[in-house]
Amino acid sequence: MASFAGVDYYDTDSLLSEEERAVRDTIRAWVDERLLPVISRCYAEHRFPSELIPQMAEFGVFGANMPEKYGCAELNNVAYGLIMQELERGDSGIRSFASVQSSLVMYPILEFGSEGQRMHWLPKLAKAEVVGCYGLTEPDYGSDPGGLTTRAVKDGNEWVISGTKMWITNGSIADIAIIWAKTGALDDPGSIRGFVVETDRDGYVAKDQEGKLSLLASDTSEISLQEVRVPSENLLPGSSGLTSPLMCLNQARYGIAWGAVGAAMACYEEALSYAKNRVQFDRVIAGYQIQQIRLVEMLTEITKAQLLAIQLGRLKDRGELRHTQVSMAKRNNVNVACEVAREARRLLGANGILLEYQSMRHMANLESVYTYEGTHDIHGLIVGEEITGISALR
Amino acid sequence: MNIIVCVKRVPDSESRIVLGGDGRSIDTQGIKYVLNPYDEYAVEEALRLKEGAGAGSVTVMTLGGEESKETLRTALAMGADQAVLLKGHPSSDGLGTAEKLAAAIKEREYDVVLFGKQAIDDDNLQVPAMVAELLQLPCATVVVAVKIDGNKVTAEREVEGGHEIVEFELPGVIAAQKGLNEPRYPSLKGIMAAKKKPLEEVDVGDAEERLDFIELMNPPERAAGEIVGEGPDAVPELVRRLREKAKAL
Ligand SMILES: Cc1cc2nc3c(=O)[nH]c(=O)nc-3n(C[C@H](O)[C@H](O)[C@H](O)COP(=O)(O)OP(=O)(O)OC[C@H]3O[C@@H](n4cnc5c(N)ncnc54)[C@H](O)[C@@H]3O)c2cc1C
Repeated sequence: MASFAGVDYYDTDSLLSEEERAVRDTIRAWVDERLLPVISRCYAEHRFPSELIPQMAEFGVFGANMPEKYGCAELNNVAYGLIMQELERGDSGIRSFASVQSSLVMYPILEFGSEGQRMHWLPKLAKAEVVGCYGLTEPDYGSDPGGLTTRAVKDGNEWVISGTKMWITNGSIADIAIIWAKTGALDDPGSIRGFVVETDRDGYVAKDQEGKLSLLASDTSEISLQEVRVPSENLLPGSSGLTSPLMCLNQARYGIAWGAVGAAMACYEEALSYAKNRVQFDRVIAGYQIQQIRLVEMLTEITKAQLLAIQLGRLKDRGELRHTQVSMAKRNNVNVACEVAREARRLLGANGILLEYQSMRHMANLESVYTYEGTHDIHGLIVGEEITGISALR
Repeated sequence: MNIIVCVKRVPDSESRIVLGGDGRSIDTQGIKYVLNPYDEYAVEEALRLKEGAGAGSVTVMTLGGEESKETLRTALAMGADQAVLLKGHPSSDGLGTAEKLAAAIKEREYDVVLFGKQAIDDDNLQVPAMVAELLQLPCATVVVAVKIDGNKVTAEREVEGGHEIVEFELPGVIAAQKGLNEPRYPSLKGIMAAKKKPLEEVDVGDAEERLDFIELMNPPERAAGEIVGEGPDAVPELVRRLREKAKAL
């Protein structure tokens, strides 16, 4: 398998430190050598390649930007973003796994957990001895999670949790679930709290979501919680209100803004190489104006997305990042990736619909990425509210 | 067990090599440099030998410029303990480089010196044997398996059409061939830790140059392939051409 040389029209490499590049190149080589050779098969079999988890854990991919004392690599956020970029260059499903484990499971424990919970869970999650999932979305509450109806009721030294969660990545393979539930009235989003729920507890049932046409190499499940009892110390003590789950999403979206660039780079590279080899009307199709412009548009958008991601990361590392800036980057970069993947697929002609090539797999995957972690529309409205001072959501 | 591994910074094998304007050098713009792939086997073997012995240290060494620090740090990220940069230009033939390396190795404590069997840039396959010669050490090249028992080294060498087992006493030189092991990926923590590991710099001056480069040439353009047909029907014609035209069968 030929190794990926990168797409870097504006010498964005010069904006990265030697360590950041070394981190990226290490994951890049691994994706070329270990992930790409198996991904189309997994996709066809609708299977998440769980055999790759131990090596990702050995690298230190999970919670890579978290403190060393919890068994993490303590990388900066740019290096973390570059990892997400390379994983998603392989497949959005693999990046999704890493995002959920890191940003949606480890992060809430780090941010809202007690020191005891951190010491207990984070090292195991970093090593992927424990796999987690994140349950916020419900059948009737997607973009508007504040309405969620899962309840947690205190009963002596236990919490009793009941409700249904939908679209839960890793839901069936997880050992623990971070479940968001209301501890007060259903019309009070301020009563939302996070719980660590071991998935082997009575009343916890996960069911594979059938019939997906996107993100096929990823586990997506529906979770039903029927009076699941957890000890009171499973509550994440620092969590309070809707802001807490949204803070987690903000971490994951940050990684997605980078990941999308990776998927786009993979499609662009595939399209460019195909265009230079495919002959029609006695010339390679790269010689025709339409295909050149198509490739140039892809590259231009990728270049802008790269610069957005790097600056986003630098702001995050400086502690100056606003969540609205993450929204803009998630919205833009995923949209760019969707467009690039679709154009690449088209450039490839009939071959473009095959699993043997990457573009249509990415194109299909990216439709999930466009929707999850806040849809394209919702992120637009988040930025819109900030610049106008008027919320269009309510 | 104290191990020295000599490594080299080389262009990535995927890089497209473009000749420089003078016709005697390559245009380094846009070339990605990596740790020589054969040296990766050597570094990996050194780490395993040290881990197996349960004690000792692995030192990686290179002759090169400032930019070679990145290559040393790649080996440090894999797990080497310290690095030595011998600052100076390597020579185009092996001897000048071997002299600089041998002189530096002589000053240090070591049980084994490991190399990759060749550097993929100039493909000379000279330096390991020359260093061994200069240090008056036994040397096994093109090695695909190593066992060290006390002072005795058993090395399996790849030779034309078969394998060969050799034995020698430490200290000695081993040059690694593909297949010796599967090099590990550096961990992310390892990459971050590499910056903090000791990297000694010694000015040794440029290696003596005994070869003059007259000209570099690109390989001749390959003629376009021929498609003789598709599917099983095309096989007889393909076989005929391979036999008669290409004389490959
Ligand atoms: C593969 C996959 C994996 C997922 N993994 C997880 C997970 O691990 N954990 C988890 O909790 N969730 C997960 N999700 C759920 C995801 O976050 C939601 O699907 C997402 O928030 C959108 O919710 P919805 O699907 O209910 O769409 P809806 O909210 O019903 O939106 C439907 C449409 O209406 C638009 N819309 C909604 N509100 C407005 C408005 N006010 N103004 C204008 N337009 C609006 C949306 O943009 C969208 O186009 C996953 C989803 C997918 C597809």
